[in-house]
Amino acid sequence: MFQIYLPIAEMSVDIFLLLGMGGAIGFLSGLFGVGGGFLITPLLIFIGVPPPVAVGSSVNQVVAASVSGAIAHWRRGNIDFKMGTVLLVGGVAGSLAGILLFNILEALGQIDLVIQLSYVVMLGGVGALMLVESGRAIIMRRRGGGRRKKKHVHTWIHGLPLKMRFRTSRLYISALLPLGIGFAVGILAALMGVGGGFFLVPAMIYLLGMPVSIVIGTSLYQITVVAGATTFLHAVSGQTVDVVLAGLLTIGAVVGAQLGTRFGAGIKGEELRGLLAMMVLIVCAALFWELVATPQETFNLSSLMVAP
Amino acid sequence: MRALRSLLAAALLLGLCTARQEAGAQELVADLSDHLIAIDSEFTGADLLVFGAIEGDGDVVVIVRGPRTPVVVREKARIFGIWLNAASVTFNDVPAFYALATSRPPEEILDGDMRRLNEIGLDQLRLEAEPDTDIEDVAAYREALIHLRQRSGLFISEPGKVSFLGRRLFRTVVHFPAAVPVGRYTVDVVLVRDGQVVQSFSPPLTVDKAGLGADIFDFAHDDAALYGLLAVIGAALAGFLGSLLFRRP
Repeated sequence: MFQIYLPIAEMSVDIFLLLGMGGAIGFLSGLFGVGGGFLITPLLIFIGVPPPVAVGSSVNQVVAASVSGAIAHWRRGNIDFKMGTVLLVGGVAGSLAGILLFNILEALGQIDLVIQLSYVVMLGGVGALMLVESGRAIIMRRRGGGRRKKKHVHTWIHGLPLKMRFRTSRLYISALLPLGIGFAVGILAALMGVGGGFFLVPAMIYLLGMPVSIVIGTSLYQITVVAGATTFLHAVSGQTVDVVLAGLLTIGAVVGAQLGTRFGAGIKGEELRGLLAMMVLIVCAALFWELVATPQETFNLSSLMVAP
Repeated sequence: MRALRSLLAAALLLGLCTARQEAGAQELVADLSDHLIAIDSEFTGADLLVFGAIEGDGDVVVIVRGPRTPVVVREKARIFGIWLNAASVTFNDVPAFYALATSRPPEEILDGDMRRLNEIGLDQLRLEAEPDTDIEDVAAYREALIHLRQRSGLFISEPGKVSFLGRRLFRTVVHFPAAVPVGRYTVDVVLVRDGQVVQSFSPPLTVDKAGLGADIFDFAHDDAALYGLLAVIGAALAGFLGSLLFRRP
């Protein structure tokens, strides 16, 4: 009905479809407390946006989605800036490496495949873990009680060099560990257009052993900066950031997130996570099916850019 | 209204044509309803009217060609159960857009050599594979290229689409889809009689982005670093404003 021409994606899309998609994703992120970036890229690819533009614009939208959360946590003092900065140094380096990899894969004609495959692996893994975890939590609650975990376990991780003291997190660990985790998240951001919270948050809790109260704030701080750096790098290296697309998604997402937060207040956490897990697995299955099903069209085209 | 205007213009051209005819050999005049197709933010495709007049008998062929660029055609193959891009062929100088409209099927108007020379017909397009290609069946890739471009509305072949109003005025409409590439186009309006090209006429045509979309596109390409920086700052501001707007009481 109200078509709008996206200047970078070079296609014309219904404006309400984009607002609706942004709204749906914002609603989910408000409902479940996740970023939702992991659903935007596949959805954009489904409606025909070229995968590189989908990634570049999605990561731009992640900046908008994470910045308000980061500010809120900063006000409450829930950010370990030293840890966050070490993480984001690794993250920016990872993002640079990811962009290089992205450009190589694009030249080889395999970027679409790698984006899809990464999504299948990531969504499958995260969805399965969440489903198991929420299922276990539901059973535990019905039974009552539960095992107590050992507080601090020493592993090879604590033998790594370059130890640093993180006062806010009350940790004395090797800087290589947060650098490595940040690096991995940076690659994910560059290749998939996600913030990477689904990976970062568990890694900070289980691998680094950070206190849960400051994990969310610190991860949002890292995600905002790394997503910003990745947006910038995509804009410079491939001109694949469509601000009109990202802007429309953001408008929808801001409104949707408010509705989601209100709606989610009345539902139990475990059931909610189980629901999200199933949704993630459905998206994963759809993407996987596209990879293995015999395509209708075995040929595809890509025009090479020529300087005007 | 638009049709009336173009009819008037065609009548005027016809007058011009007859006037010139007395002086010499002007047997064909043609023009376009627009010389610029502007892709603005509401662009969903455009129709271009090609019209004109001929003197005496003959057939009219209209060929619209976009700028030529290299295109990679990739074929998917199943490897470990997954379909991925395997072999590829690069074709140099593929027109980004090609539309053909004729008053009769091209085979009936011109012989093979003449059609090849003027690229009349999708099967006559000059699509040269890069010489170092080690693929044997290049023809299949060529066919796939044409087929895929046809499906996205960028290659069009419409024999019989040029219609005559009376014996001298002709018109045809060429449709440009929303995804039409920008650049300088060539339009060739050709008058054919007895298997020979009698005269041709090439009005100019440009497809360009216009309005805000054009500014954004140019900005993103000419000043990528600043564009990226503003995209980040804009998103951060939007997120910040959003959280202010909906702050809980």
